[in-house]
Amino acid sequence: MQRKFVVSDSEKCIGCQICEHVCSAVKEGGFNPLLSRIRTVRIEPAFNISMSCRLCEDPTCVKSCPRKALSRDEKTGIIILNEEKCNGCAWCIETCEFGAITLHPVKKTIIVCDLCDGDPKCLPYCPTEALSLKTPEEISQKTRKKAITTLVKGISE
Amino acid sequence: MYGYSERMLIVDLTSEKTKTEAISEAFCKKFLGGNGFSISLLYEHQKPGIDPLSPDNVLVFAVGPFCGTVIPTSAKYVVQAKSPLTGFQGKSVGSSFWSLAFRRAGYDALLIKGRAKKPTYLFIDDDIIEFRDAKELWGKDCWETDRIIRDTIGDDNVRVAAIGPAGENLVRFASIVSDHHHEDDGRTGMGAVMGSKQLKAVAVRGSKTVEVAKLNELLDLCREYYEKVIKGLTSTVMRELGTIGTGMEYLSNYATPIRNFQSTDPFKESTPTSEDIRKTSTEWMREQYIHKSSACASCPIGCDHIDFIRVGPYKGVAYKIEYQGLYALGTNCGIWYLPAIVKAGELCDTLGMDVISTGVVIAWAMECFEKGILTLKDTGGIDLTFGNHEALMEIILKIAHRGGLGDILAEGVKRASEKIGKGSEKFAMHSKGLEFPGFDVRGLKATALSFAVSTRGADHMSAAVFGPEIRGRINRFKFEKGQGKFVAEKENNLTLYDLLMTCRFSGDLWMNVYSDLAHLYTLVTGTPLSAEEMRNAGERVWNMEKAYNIREGWTRKDDSLPPRVFNDPIPDSDAKGSRLTKEEFDFMLDDYYAARGWTRDGMPTKKKLIELELNDVAKEVGV
Repeated sequence: MQRKFVVSDSEKCIGCQICEHVCSAVKEGGFNPLLSRIRTVRIEPAFNISMSCRLCEDPTCVKSCPRKALSRDEKTGIIILNEEKCNGCAWCIETCEFGAITLHPVKKTIIVCDLCDGDPKCLPYCPTEALSLKTPEEISQKTRKKAITTLVKGISE
Repeated sequence: MYGYSERMLIVDLTSEKTKTEAISEAFCKKFLGGNGFSISLLYEHQKPGIDPLSPDNVLVFAVGPFCGTVIPTSAKYVVQAKSPLTGFQGKSVGSSFWSLAFRRAGYDALLIKGRAKKPTYLFIDDDIIEFRDAKELWGKDCWETDRIIRDTIGDDNVRVAAIGPAGENLVRFASIVSDHHHEDDGRTGMGAVMGSKQLKAVAVRGSKTVEVAKLNELLDLCREYYEKVIKGLTSTVMRELGTIGTGMEYLSNYATPIRNFQSTDPFKESTPTSEDIRKTSTEWMREQYIHKSSACASCPIGCDHIDFIRVGPYKGVAYKIEYQGLYALGTNCGIWYLPAIVKAGELCDTLGMDVISTGVVIAWAMECFEKGILTLKDTGGIDLTFGNHEALMEIILKIAHRGGLGDILAEGVKRASEKIGKGSEKFAMHSKGLEFPGFDVRGLKATALSFAVSTRGADHMSAAVFGPEIRGRINRFKFEKGQGKFVAEKENNLTLYDLLMTCRFSGDLWMNVYSDLAHLYTLVTGTPLSAEEMRNAGERVWNMEKAYNIREGWTRKDDSLPPRVFNDPIPDSDAKGSRLTKEEFDFMLDDYYAARGWTRDGMPTKKKLIELELNDVAKEVGV
């Protein structure tokens, strides 16, 4: 079985930050993007996207942690933190290619998306349905379909 | 009390001193937030009769109790001060991410007093306040300023509200722009007040967590609202097309002014063909340009539609155009070429000027040019013929930098027409000195009343009764007794949006606006408040703004409309022949003041003010 992770469709995303607020509310009991496991990026004038952990097959964060505080769950692919070992050095934050890890401003240990036990709470709140939980195969299927629709349209015209 | 930081930040630019003051729970419950806080604080901290562009003016920023939560459209903030355009209360509502950063920095309001000795910007970093040198930023446009400050601090969590060259040069309708291009409303010259204080920008970074009383209930309820939007049950036009979607309805119903209120019939215009009119629709723009929606924080609707101009002389422009921009910089200047209107809107936003005021003062100058009151000599060689979009760009730049004729136009249409004279006052479209939004009120009589009585001058957002008029819910051509009450109730209703600081475009979401918002307020704050108390808060703050204006010398004759509304009937279209008479207008004012419980002179009574728990105000201005 392939791993699943939260993906954001930048064509649908409007950059409202509702996912960030919901994540911090569910995980930390209050609204604050700095406490969110999913973060939005806006590049003016009109590009918006949300980003969170992609549950890499061979994650650089796990490999790079000098204290071996991070591990990858074999079944789900989720990055698991051993809070006892983490000293907030932020080396994993630097190595993650997607900026998916952040430092908890109070606890001073890292936070990363854990898929809320397989049922990410941000998903049903996304007002443009830009967020979804997908396997790499599902992502490539969607991309293939989109590419071929454009091509067929081009041919028929 | 949840929902509030319960403190405000007071900054004195002259002495470079800052302090925080507590905001009491009683004050929060009485004024709710946003506009309620800002007008109360302005009333308390600013002396009457001062010059709006002097250090004595007080600039107040305020957020509402929903700010920083997931309540739909809760990212608004208000800026209020004495207006350099009207001399009465000035106010502008902005949106986007600045408000959330400010709230998370732990404040409900920011008061700015005095005048900096040199160009300065303020950096509010949670509890640390810095006065920073803005020498390098002076002269830069709003977007550049935003980018440079964020790059200098090196953190995109920093949010910036800035002025551009127009604010620096004290253009009386200069705006404050936050977060690139998401501040839409720059009315009444708040940017000029900021410029007069030599304050280039207010940058904020906030790291605190916003907590609410009933978190899970609030999340569940907000999810229901989002689902309504997703399913297309509400806010569909705003989401799909933005304000231009509704704008097309106004244009085709002869409500949109053309060539400085000289026509309402787009089909009769010599330049545009029906094809051109079709092209002003967002559907057409969607086909023609790459098109993308964007939202303010916590907004499920996302009414911003960014248009990319890919061909022609304005190639490369990426900006959103709103209905008011389409009117002011487009139809009202006789311009129907969309890429030019989009470009002009972008210019106004980067230079930091109100789109509506800019377009109206230019349209007035174009009519002066048409009538020979202004010549090529006066304009410095700019051919201000209606429809000349190249001239539009030139004159916008002249206004922002106060060059040549621009120096006169930068004073606003009221002062400019008084200076030029020669009968040009008769077609200077303003009320209390604030330029007219895009509604020809000769054929929208309740709207005419709302433009005249609004506490900030000609204002389409105070009552917004043009919708019911155009859709035929009330007779748009004949003012009937009782419509004064209709306008007053709409004002109370919409004022509430500015206290809670939610967007007016959220209107469709609520089944019953007062009880729905009261319920949300209770979930956020933990303090039960009834629908009735919500309504009363709106009325209270409207009266507070009125009291502020009275203290600045308001009398009944200030609730006025320009001569064209009375003298020149609409010349064409289905609205042909419609105008206001003086008798009719007096009847309208009488009906409205009576509905408000004010005297025939429009003065709030002591009784009314005490009923609204404004006892101190009653002593000072009540009759």
